[in-house]
Amino acid sequence: MTDAPSPVVRYGMRILALGYLAFLLVIPVGLVFWRTFENGIGPVIEALSSPLAKHAFTVTLQVASIAVVANTIFGVAVSLLLVRHEFRGKRILNTLIDLPLAVSPVIVGLALILVYGRLEPVGGWLSERGIDIIFAVPGMAMATIFVSLPLVVRAVVPVLEEVGIEQEQAAWTLGASPIQTFRRITLPAIRWGLAYGIVLTLARSLGEFGAIAVVSGRIRGKTQTLTLFVEERFQNFDEHAAYAAAFALAGVAVVALVAMNISRPEES
Amino acid sequence: MAIEVRNITKRFGDFLALDDVSVDIAAGSLTALLGPSGGGKSTLLRVIAGLESPDSGVVEISGTDATRLPPQRRNVGFVFQHYAAFKHMSVYKNVAFGLEIRKKPKAEIRRRVDELLELVHLEPFAKRLPSQLSGGQRQRMALARALAVEPEVLLLDEPFGALDAQVRKELRAWLRRLHDEVHVTTVFVTHDQEEAMDVADRIVVMANGRIEQEGTPDELYEKPANDFVMSFLGPVTRLGDRLVRPHDLELLDKAEDDSTEAKVVRVVRLGFEVRVEIQVDGSDVWVQMTRYVADRLDLEPGGRIFVREAVTSA
Repeated sequence: MTDAPSPVVRYGMRILALGYLAFLLVIPVGLVFWRTFENGIGPVIEALSSPLAKHAFTVTLQVASIAVVANTIFGVAVSLLLVRHEFRGKRILNTLIDLPLAVSPVIVGLALILVYGRLEPVGGWLSERGIDIIFAVPGMAMATIFVSLPLVVRAVVPVLEEVGIEQEQAAWTLGASPIQTFRRITLPAIRWGLAYGIVLTLARSLGEFGAIAVVSGRIRGKTQTLTLFVEERFQNFDEHAAYAAAFALAGVAVVALVAMNISRPEES
Repeated sequence: MAIEVRNITKRFGDFLALDDVSVDIAAGSLTALLGPSGGGKSTLLRVIAGLESPDSGVVEISGTDATRLPPQRRNVGFVFQHYAAFKHMSVYKNVAFGLEIRKKPKAEIRRRVDELLELVHLEPFAKRLPSQLSGGQRQRMALARALAVEPEVLLLDEPFGALDAQVRKELRAWLRRLHDEVHVTTVFVTHDQEEAMDVADRIVVMANGRIEQEGTPDELYEKPANDFVMSFLGPVTRLGDRLVRPHDLELLDKAEDDSTEAKVVRVVRLGFEVRVEIQVDGSDVWVQMTRYVADRLDLEPGGRIFVREAVTSA
């Protein structure tokens, strides 16, 4: 038996944890919130309904939804591959999945330009056929997909491992095809892990800045996402629009996280 | 034959799980695959179900070669040790699963599921989730689910292994009765010889990826093919260089033909059963007898006694 920690230690640790979160997270985000609504809700709506802001919103949603859809499909497929199959190079694949977490987004952007830039062989070939990747939505979507790649995989893999393969095998012996088994057994079993992965991917996609900054060319009213809009407004001393957009950005991500946690049943 | 297994070999890496195994399972029989863990019995069951593919050999189910068929098309019911309940579905939906996959009409599904839930005594629990059932109830649900699609063979992998002793005994008796009612060819894996003798009408003993012997419980007990089968299927003791059943040894107060002198070491009284530990030529032997037989002998630790193999009717 170990003794329970003394009250001093217990309260000390709580204060430390809360203080750490307060100075890093709560106070800065709270201040953004406060500065946003300093002069009431009117200026906020006004700042967010300018044509540039609206356009940035649209571009962000476009890029984020492409990234979420792509990484959901890819993430589930790779998770199944990693958990349910044995093959050569599995460890390499496993490591590659985590690479986007290790590589700076700026490098990701530069790497994409190296392949798909209009002056490069691949990019040039595509450009001749009227497909622009860099300085356009496709490149921005690719950059976002890349940086948010591991999130669905890392959320789904542990759930798949925990659920095990026996329910799926039972479904097979009852006559269910692999697709029926996936739809009726596997997907419901991993749904909360998957939902968590999707929300994280969405949040990451909405907030991506570095790779997008490189790949988009930051063309106002064309390839400007909300994060780029925030930065550009801030640089131009339009702090109000910057705070309002930052608030909107954070709001969407927080709402998604909270909505998922509320709808999730207690026991699973 | 309901199931014919011909020369099946299966390796996992360097481990030889099944070594040229051949066995026939008669239609309508209730067969136990018995053996120590790692002996290959679960692997054999999974090969029959199509959940593992053998490296070589043939599996025939009801006369058709099923070796290359996926599990979906073998028409087998499979019950897992840990139930493999569909956790997000009600008991009703679990049992209905195979029928819904086969796109049976709603009314027929309802009738069949109700019938099966009654058979496994789970009618009041139809709307519950598996997590709200006890282990024994979950396993009965898994059985009903497997039976719903009217499989040609029912395969059970250590079906009672995760249950406590009391429930295990109940379910054993219940499986026996169920088989008498449903008559589906059934194969179950167990490492518990008592369970195999209690439930099965045929036993296949497996060890090290090979079949050691097969036969009725009596045949295996009375005429074990080798020392392994003998020691796996009941108590044994060694007299001289022979392995014998301790209840086939007879203790005598005075020397007779073919008896050997021995020293009583300890007398253990377990109610009706009495175990007498003796020493013969310096090695330990034990003898099993009833209280009444023991009472007629003069059994004092340190005392002299004579031992011989009892003359059996065989």
